Amino acid sequence: MKNSQNKNLNDFNLSSYGYPDKNGHYGIFGGTFVAETLIEPLTDLRKTYHLLKKDPEFLKELYDEYENYVGRPTPLYFAERLTKKINGANIFLKREDLCHTGAHKINNTIGQAILAKKMGKTRIIAETGAGQHGVASATVAARLGMECVVFMGEQDIYRQSQNVYRMKLLGAEVVPVTSGSKTLKDALNEALRDWVTNVDNTFYIIGTVAGPSPYPELVRDFQAIIGREVIDQMNDIDKKVDALVACVGGGSNAIGLFYPFIDGESKMYGVEAAGDGLETEKHSAPLNKGKVGVLHGNRTYLLEDENGQIIETHSISAGLDYPGVGPEHALLKDLGRVQYKSATDEEALEAFHEISKVEGIIPALETSHAVAYAIKLAKLMKKGENIVINLSGRGDKDLNTVAKIEGIEI
Amino acid sequence: MSRISKKFENLRSESKTVLISYITAGDPSISDSLSIMNTLVDSGTDIIELGVPFSDPMADGPTIQKACERALKNNVSCSDIFNLVKNFRIKDDKTPVVLMGYLNPIERMGYDLFAKSASKAGVDAVLVVDLPHEEAEEVVAVFKSYNLESIFLVAPNTKVDRIKKISKYASGFLYYVSLKGVTGAASLDIEKTSKQLKIIKKEINLPLAVGFGIKDADTAKTLSKDADGIVIGSAIVNIIEREQNNKIKVNNDIINLMRPIRLKLDDELTAGNRS
Repeated sequence: MKNSQNKNLNDFNLSSYGYPDKNGHYGIFGGTFVAETLIEPLTDLRKTYHLLKKDPEFLKELYDEYENYVGRPTPLYFAERLTKKINGANIFLKREDLCHTGAHKINNTIGQAILAKKMGKTRIIAETGAGQHGVASATVAARLGMECVVFMGEQDIYRQSQNVYRMKLLGAEVVPVTSGSKTLKDALNEALRDWVTNVDNTFYIIGTVAGPSPYPELVRDFQAIIGREVIDQMNDIDKKVDALVACVGGGSNAIGLFYPFIDGESKMYGVEAAGDGLETEKHSAPLNKGKVGVLHGNRTYLLEDENGQIIETHSISAGLDYPGVGPEHALLKDLGRVQYKSATDEEALEAFHEISKVEGIIPALETSHAVAYAIKLAKLMKKGENIVINLSGRGDKDLNTVAKIEGIEI
Repeated sequence: MSRISKKFENLRSESKTVLISYITAGDPSISDSLSIMNTLVDSGTDIIELGVPFSDPMADGPTIQKACERALKNNVSCSDIFNLVKNFRIKDDKTPVVLMGYLNPIERMGYDLFAKSASKAGVDAVLVVDLPHEEAEEVVAVFKSYNLESIFLVAPNTKVDRIKKISKYASGFLYYVSLKGVTGAASLDIEKTSKQLKIIKKEINLPLAVGFGIKDADTAKTLSKDADGIVIGSAIVNIIEREQNNKIKVNNDIINLMRPIRLKLDDELTAGNRS
């Protein structure tokens, strides 16, 4: 890579953009909607982060971990057989599935864990849906010798039993959450409650670009390594990036890919989980079907009922099964800079099989949503144009889910 | 003068502490809430805090989370709660009612419609748990235009200059969260809390109430030396949870919880121990 020595987290000319503002707002979105007890620790975190992100020592440590522990840069792979089969635009896969622990999540957890250590915290907590963020948090906690507690909805513990075992192997405690819908949003509530209570020694590693300020910003900055590498890698082979595609739950892998391209001309597509279909009530697509509201510390698009109560969402992939979305995506939607599409459970499954067979890469079910839309998109684009899909995670964790749907017992 | 200010002033002139009781509206039903509100007043409550149920009450402990779930099972909405207050006001025009909840249901209804309806129903103030003053400017202005006071929280880790800022937005009273944790938590450090209350008292012109983790008369009594009001919440909601199928027992148990607290508070004060 030509620019691999470029180690400033803020080295992009985003002059026409410049979000969030100093109060953590993305236009009308984002902000800090938390109870008073969390204001002080969030203020602390914001101050520390803004100092550290310009600190060469912190950046050196971070990039050492990226290179030697996470396994960066990840390859940008030309999916030749898939491209040929579709007979449209060239498809490139940004192989985040090859990161240590099997997904992009660790880009963020390693960054936040180093931050935690610098702030003198000894205990890490995290929420998890699919278990990928939980595993990535447990992993970096082990790496840095910190205590780790992961909150996970009972429903998800059942769906992702393998990841639960992985977290335990890594020395983390997994706390089942039995309140509400017993999924990711309830795990987030529980983690916030723990943080309020143990705020003196505990650092809360949020797994996505949501939550109160400064989380959406710092998670984005840690994930933006994805897009920065893509810029370098496409430059290296003299290719123009015409379109970027990524799945969107909370939206961390998507913002990681998109952010460095925001000021450019590449088209961007975020793909939400349409579950049984956007016309049904069983989906997880707040950007397509939601209303503006406030949840988990930020204002964003939400799936809610007519009384403002958050409704249960559905997706085949636990990682997309969330009623909200990062505030920056809400802004990018309203600005028209990113188009937010969707893929149903069925389309995601089809793409899961397709790319497994044609490219020998088994993607996570979350990622399969991006692949499903990208296949449609490639057909509409010209030959010779280039699409980069964020292949955000590998599918090993989903084998049970897929096998079960197909009536196969493993 | 507002109902809340009047209440604090009247009790102060009698050297009494304001007793504030919390229940979640619609737990387990709206009609139950009405009879519980009356019971609370009869057993010595001065101000009622009515929780507006929310699906994701992230600052509350399991007791109030479950109360929200019970209420939401019956689809309790803001309009139902306004009707509840309206019905309560038929018999009681003196006891202030504070709505306490999260921003999203209010935002969904619209600030203006919410404030207008609340005010018309006889609500006196609103406490939005997940709304720090930095995000509150617009809402507070709307509330004010309908004569609703805005209650704000102060936490053990809130710094002094921030307390001053908060008190600029706050009206009615200031609510000190006595511990780092969620509602109903167990470990309240009374000595530390009293010390904090003294510090805050010096910084503000508003009455100061304290809550989170106060479960019995002795704790209430000790803290009342440094606070103008005491909030009891989860201890009442626990009774409602335990006896939800027995209306008579709910009301009796609440009387048995609250009467001794009232008596102890008044006893302490009439004994002339108030400094």
